Amino acid sequence: MLKLSESVYNALREHGEETYPHECCGVLLGCSHDGVNEVEDAVRAGNTRTDSAHNRYHIAPQELVKIQRQARERGLDIVGFYHSHPDHPAQWSKTDFAEAHWLGCSYVITAVEKGVAQQTNSFLLTGTTEEDKSFEDETIQVEELVAGRC
Amino acid sequence: MKIFIPTPLRAYVDKQDAVQVNAQTVGQALDALTVQHPDLKKHLYSDEGKLRAFVNVYLNDEDVRYLPEKEATTVTEADSLSIIPSIAGGWD
Ligand SMILES: [Zn+2]
Repeated sequence: MLKLSESVYNALREHGEETYPHECCGVLLGCSHDGVNEVEDAVRAGNTRTDSAHNRYHIAPQELVKIQRQARERGLDIVGFYHSHPDHPAQWSKTDFAEAHWLGCSYVITAVEKGVAQQTNSFLLTGTTEEDKSFEDETIQVEELVAGRC
Repeated sequence: MKIFIPTPLRAYVDKQDAVQVNAQTVGQALDALTVQHPDLKKHLYSDEGKLRAFVNVYLNDEDVRYLPEKEATTVTEADSLSIIPSIAGGWD
């Protein structure tokens, strides 16, 4: 299960509307326990795929290094990622799956149709290795989180 | 020096977010890491012993692949390594 506050949920959906017709992407920070990824904050990242931004996203590893370091200083972990699908359903694609390597993390996808955010879905990357990984549908629970739980 | 471990790999390093190693080069640091935590090896390296293509290793803010001396680059105690699997996707 993925738990996030209404403000984080809205923020990642709005990000997809702002970057439309291009894909947005970002990182979810929080903590995970008992199979629940709890998000305290969403950090926007730049999409480096300016060559094909309507159907590709990529976060520069250097930006991720910084985000991981800043998260650590706040006592938070990277628990997931989000991106948008401009004029495309909120389902993972073959490429999304092939390029997903953060086992145990949530991959959130928002469909943005004609500039307006529609469905938001989350997929948990399960498995223990690159060879046996799979995406599982994951429930998104939007609720106010108790501060300092992470 | 410290090696920062990304969330998916922490299960193989006793749930730590960073591992302390003694090393003079990037390569030695990575070797020391997998000696201390052998279960990590298959997650970082292919069967041919090469770093997996989606695994990025950063020395401070520099990609080790693009350093002139790559894994032979010397390090000090004040440096840190970050292991970062890549993040990307798309649809056709
Ligand atoms: Zn996608």
